[in-house]
Amino acid sequence: MSLTHYLVLSGILFSIGAATVLLRRNAIIVFMGVELMLNASNLALVTFSRLHGNLTGQVMAFFVMVVAAAEVVVGLAIIVSIFRTRKSASVDDINLLKS
Amino acid sequence: MTVTSLAPLLVAVPLASAAILLLLGRAADRWGHWLGVLASAAAFVVGALLLTDLLGRDAADRVVDVHLFDWITVGRFDLAAGLRIDPLSLTFVLLVTFVGTLIHLYSVAYMAHDAARRRFFAYLNLFIAAMLILVLADSYLLLFVGWEGVGLASYLLIGFWNHRTEYAVAAKKAFVANRVGDIGLLVAMGLLFSQLGSLDFESVTAGVESGAVSTGMLTAIGLMLLLAACGKSAQFPLQSWLGDAMAGPTPVSALIHAATMVTAGVYLIVRSAPVFEGAPTAQLIVTIVGAITLVLGAIIGCAKDDIKKGLAASTMSQIGYMVLAAGLGPIGYAFAIFHLVTHGFFKAGMFLGAGSVMHGMDDTTDMRHFGALRTSMTVTWATFGLGWLAILGVPPFSGFWSKDKIIEAAFVVPEGAAEWRAWVFGIVALVGAGITAFYMSRMFFMTFHGKARWTDSRAQASDERPLRHPHESPWLMTIPMIVLAVGSLGLGFVLQLGGGFTTWLEPVTGHVEHHEPVLSVPVIQIATLLAVAIGLVLAWRQYGALPVPTTAPQGSVLTRAARVDMYQDTVNDAVLVQPGQYLTRSLVYGDRSVVDGAFTGLGKLTVGIGQVLRRLQSGYARQYAATMLFGLVVLAIVVLAPRI
Repeated sequence: MSLTHYLVLSGILFSIGAATVLLRRNAIIVFMGVELMLNASNLALVTFSRLHGNLTGQVMAFFVMVVAAAEVVVGLAIIVSIFRTRKSASVDDINLLKS
Repeated sequence: MTVTSLAPLLVAVPLASAAILLLLGRAADRWGHWLGVLASAAAFVVGALLLTDLLGRDAADRVVDVHLFDWITVGRFDLAAGLRIDPLSLTFVLLVTFVGTLIHLYSVAYMAHDAARRRFFAYLNLFIAAMLILVLADSYLLLFVGWEGVGLASYLLIGFWNHRTEYAVAAKKAFVANRVGDIGLLVAMGLLFSQLGSLDFESVTAGVESGAVSTGMLTAIGLMLLLAACGKSAQFPLQSWLGDAMAGPTPVSALIHAATMVTAGVYLIVRSAPVFEGAPTAQLIVTIVGAITLVLGAIIGCAKDDIKKGLAASTMSQIGYMVLAAGLGPIGYAFAIFHLVTHGFFKAGMFLGAGSVMHGMDDTTDMRHFGALRTSMTVTWATFGLGWLAILGVPPFSGFWSKDKIIEAAFVVPEGAAEWRAWVFGIVALVGAGITAFYMSRMFFMTFHGKARWTDSRAQASDERPLRHPHESPWLMTIPMIVLAVGSLGLGFVLQLGGGFTTWLEPVTGHVEHHEPVLSVPVIQIATLLAVAIGLVLAWRQYGALPVPTTAPQGSVLTRAARVDMYQDTVNDAVLVQPGQYLTRSLVYGDRSVVDGAFTGLGKLTVGIGQVLRRLQSGYARQYAATMLFGLVVLAIVVLAPRI
C-alpha cells in the first residue's frame, strides 16, 4: 500500500468534510465537517512527513490539533450561546450580516 | 498739543455716539436723540477750531497731514491711515457738520412720533462719521472706507421704514447702483497701485505729475473714478436710484441726498484733479456727463408732482452743474465746490421745507393736492422761498454767485481745445438755468400759491379735495430752516467777497489765471437772468395764475417720459436687469446640471455599484464558505496547472 493511498483518503475525507460544511444546516454537523477537514489535512501532513523523511509535517499536525482544540472550545461556546438566544442551531438563521 | 491733533475727534465723536445709541438699545430711547445732536455739534465745534487754526496760517501751510496709525505694511508697501486737513476737506467738514447738526435738530421734532427715533439718530451719526472719514482721508483706500460707510448709512436710512416693501426695495436699489460705482473706484485704485505702488494722495499727485503714468492709463483711471462719482452722485447713467431714495425720512433726503453724500462724487473728481489734468479725454467725458445730467434732471424735475421727487431731480441737475464745472479743469474746481456749498445750504433748506409741508399735510407729497399754503405756513413759505430764489440764481442770493460762475466758466474755451466746447457747454448750462427756474417756480407756486386744492372742513372733503389741517411746524423744525434760509440768502455773497472762497481753496485747486469767456461776462449774466425770468414767468402763467388740475393731465410725450424718469428704469431693466437675471439663471442651471451633476452623478454611480455588489453579501455563512472553497480550488488550479 503506497503512500499515495493515504493522500487519496485524505482528499476523500476533506471533500466529505467540505460537502458537510456546505450542505448541512445544523451548526453542530457543520462543525463536525470542519473537524473532518482539519483531520483530513492532518493525515495529509503526516503522510508528507513520511514522504520527505523528516518531522516537519508531524509537528505541523500537532499545531493543527492544538488550534482545532481551541477552535472547538470557542466554536461550541458560540453555537450554544446562539442556540440559547435564537432557539435555533441552523446556520441559515444566523444571517444578520447581510446588507 | 496743536489744534490739528484734535482732528481724529471729528470722526471719533459721532462714531462713538452711534455705537452708544446702537448698543444701549431701548435704554437710550429717552435721551438718545439729544446725544446724537450733541455728537454732531461737537464735530462742528472741532471743525470750527480747525478752521480758525488754518486761517491763522500762511496759505502755503494750509495742508496738514495727521498721522493716525500704520494701517497696512506689506513688503515695500507701507500705507498709514491718516487725515488730511486742507481747505477742501475742511470746507466739507464744516458743511457736513453744520448742515448735519441743523438736520439733527430738525429730526428731533420731525421724528418725535417714531418709535425708532434713537436708531434713526444712531444711523445719522454713523453717516456723519463715515462722511468725515471720506473727506478727511489722506489716501484713496481710507477714502474708500468712508465711501462705503456713507453708502451703508444711506442704505440704512432710505430703508428706515423698511416695513413698507417699496421703501426696502428703494434702499436696495440705491445700494446696488452705488455698488456699480464702487467697482469703478476699486478698479481705479487697482490701476493707480499697479502704476505707482501707492494710494495716498501725496504720492499719487507726485507720481502723476512726474509723468510716470501714460496718458492712456490716466484716461482709464479717470473714467473709472468718473464711474464711481456717477454712482455716488446719481449722474448719468447711474442716476436712477436718487428719485427712489426719497423713500427715506425727509431729513435724510436733506442731509444725505441733497447736501452731502451725493456730492461726494464731485469731491472725488476735484480731489483727483492731478489724474484728470493728465487725461483731457476723461475730463471731456466728465463735462459731457455733467451736461447730460443737468439737462436730464431739469427735464425730469418739470414733470414730477411729488414734491420730494421734484427736489431729487433738481439735486441731480445741480450736481450735474458741479460735475460739469469739475470737468472744466482748474478753472472750474473752485466753482464746483462753491456751488456745492451753497447748494448744500439752499437745497437742504428746501428739503426741510418740504418736510415741514409734509408734516402739516398728513405726510402727503403730491403737490397737486397742495396750494395756498403761504398763509398757514408762513415760516416754511418764507424759508422755502429764499431757497427757491437762491437756486434760481437771482442776485444777490447764494445761487447767483456760484451757478453764474459755473456758467461763465463753461463759456471759456479750455486750453488747447476746440472752440465748440465753450459754446456747447455754455449754452447747455444756460438753458439748464432756464429750465431750473421753470421747475423750481412750478414747485413753489404749486405748493404755496394758487387756490387750495385741499379743504379743512369735513363737509367739503372729497377725493378731489382731501381733508387737511395745515399748520406751521414746531420751532425745533423752523429754526434749522431759518438758519439754512439765511445761508441761502447771504452765504454766496459772503464767500465770494474779494474772491475769498476761491483763494481759500487755492492750496488744493491751484491758482488759475483769469480766462476770458467767448461771450463777455455781462452778456452771459444778462442772458442767464433772462433765461431764469422766462422760466419763472412761464411757470407763473401755468401754475400760479391758472388753476392746477388735481389729477395730472395726460401731457406731451416728453412730459410722460419725464414722469417716469425718462424711462431710465425701463432701460436699466431691459439692458442690465433682464440680461443679468438671465445670466444668473443660466449660471444656476449650469451649476446645478453640470458642476453639481458631475459630482452627484459620481456619487450615484458609486451607490449603484454598491447596490449590485451588496447582493453578494447574503449573510449565509455557507455561501461564504462555498465562495472560499471555490476560490481556493481556482487558486490551486492556477498554481498547479502549469506544473502538470
